[in-house]
Amino acid sequence: MGTTTTTHASTPARAQPALLVAGPIAWARANLFNSVWSSLVTLALAYFLIKYAVSLVDWAFIKSVWTVPTDPATGRLDPTACRQAKADGGACWAVIWDRYRFILFGRYPFDEQWRPAIVIVLFLGLFVVSAMRRFWRKELALIWVATLTAIFVLMWGGVFGMRYVAQDEWGGLPITLILSTFGLACAFPIAVLVALGRRSTDLPAVKLLCVVYIEVIRGVPLISLLFMASVMFPLFMPEGLNPDKLLRAQVAIILFAAVYLAEVIRGGLQALPKGQYEAADALGLSYWRKMGLVILPQALRLVIPPLVNTFIGFFKDTSLVLIIGIFDLLTSGKIAVTEPIWQAFSTEVYIMLGLIYFCFCFSMARYSRGLEREFSKSVRR
Amino acid sequence: MSNGTPPAILLDKVNKWFGQLHVLRDVSLEVATGEKVVVCGPSGSGKSTLIRCINRLETHQEGRIVVDGTELTDDTRALDTIRSEVGMVFQSFNLFPHLTILENCTLAPIWVRKMPKVEAEALAMEFLTRVKIPEQAKKFPGQLSGGQQQRVAIARALCMRPKIMLFDEPTSALDPEMIKEVLDTMIELAESGMTMVCVTHEMGFARQVADRVVFMDQGEVVESGTPHEMFESPQTDRLKLFLSQILRGH
Repeated sequence: MGTTTTTHASTPARAQPALLVAGPIAWARANLFNSVWSSLVTLALAYFLIKYAVSLVDWAFIKSVWTVPTDPATGRLDPTACRQAKADGGACWAVIWDRYRFILFGRYPFDEQWRPAIVIVLFLGLFVVSAMRRFWRKELALIWVATLTAIFVLMWGGVFGMRYVAQDEWGGLPITLILSTFGLACAFPIAVLVALGRRSTDLPAVKLLCVVYIEVIRGVPLISLLFMASVMFPLFMPEGLNPDKLLRAQVAIILFAAVYLAEVIRGGLQALPKGQYEAADALGLSYWRKMGLVILPQALRLVIPPLVNTFIGFFKDTSLVLIIGIFDLLTSGKIAVTEPIWQAFSTEVYIMLGLIYFCFCFSMARYSRGLEREFSKSVRR
Repeated sequence: MSNGTPPAILLDKVNKWFGQLHVLRDVSLEVATGEKVVVCGPSGSGKSTLIRCINRLETHQEGRIVVDGTELTDDTRALDTIRSEVGMVFQSFNLFPHLTILENCTLAPIWVRKMPKVEAEALAMEFLTRVKIPEQAKKFPGQLSGGQQQRVAIARALCMRPKIMLFDEPTSALDPEMIKEVLDTMIELAESGMTMVCVTHEMGFARQVADRVVFMDQGEVVESGTPHEMFESPQTDRLKLFLSQILRGH
């Protein structure tokens, strides 16, 4: 109806003209060599790019050592080949081959490390299932509860013939995944409530409480909150009641993340036109129905990019638990290279850690872009 | 008008201020069940504020507003009940862009009236047919023209089977060629006996449909009467001036 365009008989519709020049050479000419300066910059950048790319490939793949032999006399690994490679400007990936289980699982008992390995797989499965829109039903909450229960049963053990493993023996990637997944999953609903509370006009006390909570937590660094949780909090607890260190750090992360998420969500709530609130009111929807069915679905879609930005930030910020002695991925990587024979090869380990963090963060970023595209397809304003 | 039954809407000496600005001054108005009232007046006269006070999108500070036998107070539960009995159509449609046309219409029946989904969808299709766009049910609001969106907004309000319908300048945001389709829908609704309060500048619509026209200026009800009385023999200078401006524009 209204959107049809009329075409006059005298000027029939024409297809847009085909590109006169196309292909990689035309593209390069238009984008890289369209002026003298542009050409010079292109050449200079290409020179540095090739120079460093070549030396990186040289270091990582050509001059590198992938395994080292075992010294038959001592029964231990002999890192001589690695030292040689390092002197020649090559990487020593043998350190990873030797220490990957410590990096991934920390001090978790060696024979029981299949358990955290399954935990990692469970986490990845949970992420993949949660990411698929066709699983976005009520049952998904049950899947989460079931998976998280399974994860803690596996980590702690003590049942089904699995040996009990105390929490201070846990380490590596499962810790990072637990802290970030639990942290964001618990922080998100809190954040929604705090954001709504801060915008409340009918309940000034709730509003004040939310404002104070946000401003106090936002005003201190995460590190100081973690210190509070790990050092000061036990002093206030009654004798004998001492929740474990991971839980305390987890609570600190949840409280901290909730504040940042709440402010992002508040931005979305503010961006919605007032008419949406009024239309929901006029239909007689109660406050919670109005928010749950009309306002939040739209507000959250609006803030997907900053929301994911915060998620990514917090995934990496969990590595700060290092300072209170919790064995997350970064800590175990750091400790893995304190072993005397590998001390010189921390670069390789940090590169591996960086790649692991990157894979998670990049997946989040890609996923959020897909989500945005999908939503913008269905909601055309 | 006063045939013993209580009025559908009663406003008694209603006053409202926006800060220092006195936007409603001692406004009294009674709307009988089944009556169609058109409120007109220059912009800033308080006519939109008046209609928004009737379902408490704006709160009044003095006076009484009684809708369908219930006085509007801070009691939110009573307010939600009143709102579910009073349909409202906005100038800017205010459809929910993340829901399909059908979902827009079934949302309130399902969640406020607790109607089963199948029943609510049948009801929605009935009203979408009545506003002549059943074929758009699966689309999203953004894919419809302004006139179509406004007709969906009317259908959405009707799905609650309201006793009273409020229209806040329903055609002001529309392109001229779409005004007629919305007015036709409103005329049909008026003929079905709905109690209606419309803020509009469409004087043709007022002539055809209204039982009474209320003219407001600077927050006051200046004059009211049948369309014939108002348009043919306006009593006050302010109404004469307004009519001359409106008619010149058309």
